[in-house]
Amino acid sequence: MLLYILKRLAYMIPTLFGMSLVSFLIIQLPPGDFLTSLTSAIADSGQSLDQASIDRLTALYGLDQPFYVQYWNWISNIILRGDFGWSFDWGQPVSRLLWDRMGVTIFVSALSLVLIWALAIPIGIYSAVRRYSIGDYVFTFLGFVGLAVPTFILALGLMYISFTWFGLNVGGLFSPEYEQAPWSLAKFIDLLQHLWIPVVVIAISSTAALIRVMRANLSDELSKPYVVTARAKGLSEFTLIMRYPVRLALNPFVSTIGWVLPSLISGVTITAIVLNLPMAGPLLLRALVSQDMYLAGAFILIMSVLTLVGMLISDILLAVLDPRVRYQQ
Amino acid sequence: MTTEPDIVLSVRDLTVDFAQRQGSFRAVDSVSFDLRAGRTLGIVGESGSGKSVTARALMQLVDPPGRITGGSIRLGEIDIAQLPRRGEAIRAIRGADISMIFQEPMSSLSPVHTIGAQVMEVLELHLKLDRKAARARTIELLGQVEIPNPEQAIDRYAYEFSGGMRQRAMIAMALACNPRVLIADEPTTALDVTTQAEVLDLIGRIQRERGMAMILITHDMGVVAETVDDVAVMYRGQVVEAGPVDQIFHGATHPYTQRLLAATLKLEQPAERPLPVAGAGPILTVRNLGKTYQLGIGAFGGKAKGTLRAVDDVSLELRAGETLGIVGESGSGKTTLGRLILRTVEPTDGEVVYSPPGAPAVKVRGLDKAGLRNLYSEIRFIFQDPFASLNPRMTVRQIVGEPLLINRRGSAAEINTRVTELLELVGLDAGMMARYPHAFSGGQRQRIGIARALALDPKVLIADEPTSALDVSIRSQILDLLIELRARLGLSFIFISHDIGVIRYFCDRVAVMRRGRVVEVGDAQTICTSPSHPYTQALISAVPYPDPRRPRMQQRARYTETTV
Repeated sequence: MLLYILKRLAYMIPTLFGMSLVSFLIIQLPPGDFLTSLTSAIADSGQSLDQASIDRLTALYGLDQPFYVQYWNWISNIILRGDFGWSFDWGQPVSRLLWDRMGVTIFVSALSLVLIWALAIPIGIYSAVRRYSIGDYVFTFLGFVGLAVPTFILALGLMYISFTWFGLNVGGLFSPEYEQAPWSLAKFIDLLQHLWIPVVVIAISSTAALIRVMRANLSDELSKPYVVTARAKGLSEFTLIMRYPVRLALNPFVSTIGWVLPSLISGVTITAIVLNLPMAGPLLLRALVSQDMYLAGAFILIMSVLTLVGMLISDILLAVLDPRVRYQQ
Repeated sequence: MTTEPDIVLSVRDLTVDFAQRQGSFRAVDSVSFDLRAGRTLGIVGESGSGKSVTARALMQLVDPPGRITGGSIRLGEIDIAQLPRRGEAIRAIRGADISMIFQEPMSSLSPVHTIGAQVMEVLELHLKLDRKAARARTIELLGQVEIPNPEQAIDRYAYEFSGGMRQRAMIAMALACNPRVLIADEPTTALDVTTQAEVLDLIGRIQRERGMAMILITHDMGVVAETVDDVAVMYRGQVVEAGPVDQIFHGATHPYTQRLLAATLKLEQPAERPLPVAGAGPILTVRNLGKTYQLGIGAFGGKAKGTLRAVDDVSLELRAGETLGIVGESGSGKTTLGRLILRTVEPTDGEVVYSPPGAPAVKVRGLDKAGLRNLYSEIRFIFQDPFASLNPRMTVRQIVGEPLLINRRGSAAEINTRVTELLELVGLDAGMMARYPHAFSGGQRQRIGIARALALDPKVLIADEPTSALDVSIRSQILDLLIELRARLGLSFIFISHDIGVIRYFCDRVAVMRRGRVVEVGDAQTICTSPSHPYTQALISAVPYPDPRRPRMQQRARYTETTV
């Protein structure tokens, strides 16, 4: 098992290298570079940038060098010095922007993930076991509503309700007075007041989807002969369902962890914009639009790493849960 | 005067209904029988007769929409028929007083729990043993069902066991709490004959030792004759005839029982059929054919952990107009051999030569795609599973006409005429052409499969277990149809089967396969009555014989590697 994990980690290195190369290449693909968009932005505001300063900036940022040199400078700084480069757009080191946003993103996403599973698994089990009952129909209906309503509408709706009915200002993660304040109990309560809307909004459509997945998985398992065997042993219905079919129905669940991690970061961009959340999505979007290449590159790289780590976690969990997977190694 | 043993379980007028959209379907209709300690009741019947539902009803295990709607099941003072399906009372009986062994040991065991955990669970539940005591008792039980190295086997998973070992683990689980009644629902149907014989021996011995009452549900009259004391014959939900085994086999009064026995006994001897022309030349020659699989090559390549020789140096000859049977147990390579001949699986070595009368011989391994396509219209497959091998979204006309369409044989109208002809040839009403496969029974579906195989006027048919999914009475009908077609159309057959009865009934010559090799080839009658190779002897003697006065299995020959 340990050998297997080490082997998997070793395989990750070339994959990461390929991913970083491809993501760097993609960032460079659109015509022009950051300076082109900068000059056009300056030109839009009625001023102009003389050629000398453009040349100076080009040389400063190394934009005149060939692709592989730029790539090498970028990746070697990250690996050797942990330096993700300089954000042209923000005039700050990328790492500072990155960790700020990443912290919030991971916090909110993890909370949503917990909520998703806490809701989806029990409801899915209920729906599968009591298939075609009133409760199942209610959850199915709610689930489809949850799937069908776009998240930003839901976000706007919740904001409207909490603002007009409860007088709460729910944009962002903190009220203005706590934005810069040091941590305190009051600030924490303020955070919780703001947090529930993004968490619920982010969770709701994934929950709906996962309920359907769980219901389908478990329905398949419930008709398997080993369930009858367990029943014939005299186990109570609850024990046997939890011990046998649910355990097997969780397998496909676990294998989704791999792509849940990165999608929680990049997938909630619209919600984050609507709710004015300091999350990674909007920043990535802006970096891509303004061709702020080091910032965008860093985000994409981090997301690649998260994908790989997620895959590894789900594979390890799968091997723990299902001996058949272990057997094949 | 002998005293009858005590009645353990008494069933009276048991009725099970399945609610349907309109009305209900009566799966079990007023069934009555008694189970006595130390005796075995065989419940026989064909598929859909209600025998499995009856067994499940005894433990209140019938799934909704099925429901016990009448009668009583008396276990001592308790009437199981009155207990709620999910109540505590019935759960205390399940696994403790009555336990059950199922047909498919692989899917009836959880794939993600160890064998030990699944057995221990019963002990902890009913006998309230602690973990340590349960473990010790489980090891003991695994030993009793003759699983080698029980100390290690307890921590293994079902997929690490062979079919026979899995069924032994199921038996250990069923016996854990020393039940008074053991219900075995087709316990050996999924097993090879030699394994079947061993498992039936084991069940019988344990039952005698413990004085359990037992129900053995089976469709196999041979198994019934060899193992049970009393028989109940079920037909459409009713027990049509019941009595001691000898009376049923030698004095059956009900016409259905007589038909069932006749169909079984018919397969105990060769069919009356025209003998193949003596001295006919070979139509298909297989020389030194072999297939090696590389094992354990991962996604990243790397060295193979080993090789598996699925088919090893097989040489056979199919003469024009004859039927060559290939018999063997699971894993013997018989199915792979069939596929290698047509190159649906590419052989590793050897040669197949097809030499149709009046045409040049063809080396199959040298053929390109177009050549293979021509070959496929001359040699065709009939598949085992009549349910899986017909596309449920195509009408019978499309299914049977497809080979004609692909090979551009004629216009739509001509194809239609040909399909009509083919359906009538296999004994189906051509008016059924527009219907979908689900409207047909298993036997009818297999006829459709045969019609499809005949569409292109082939010379050779390769049939892989074409009757093993069918009930015994249907089985002989299909075989008779094939015999008739062989004579009318001048076909040659390669007939792959694990069923000695079917082979003897249908084949002229037989090749016996074991672990990829042909151990013996010879005249079918000789192989089936006086085989010379010890493996064949063991195989033949393990086949249950449908006559309680002439048991065969108990005196069976055993074959181990050392006897080679």
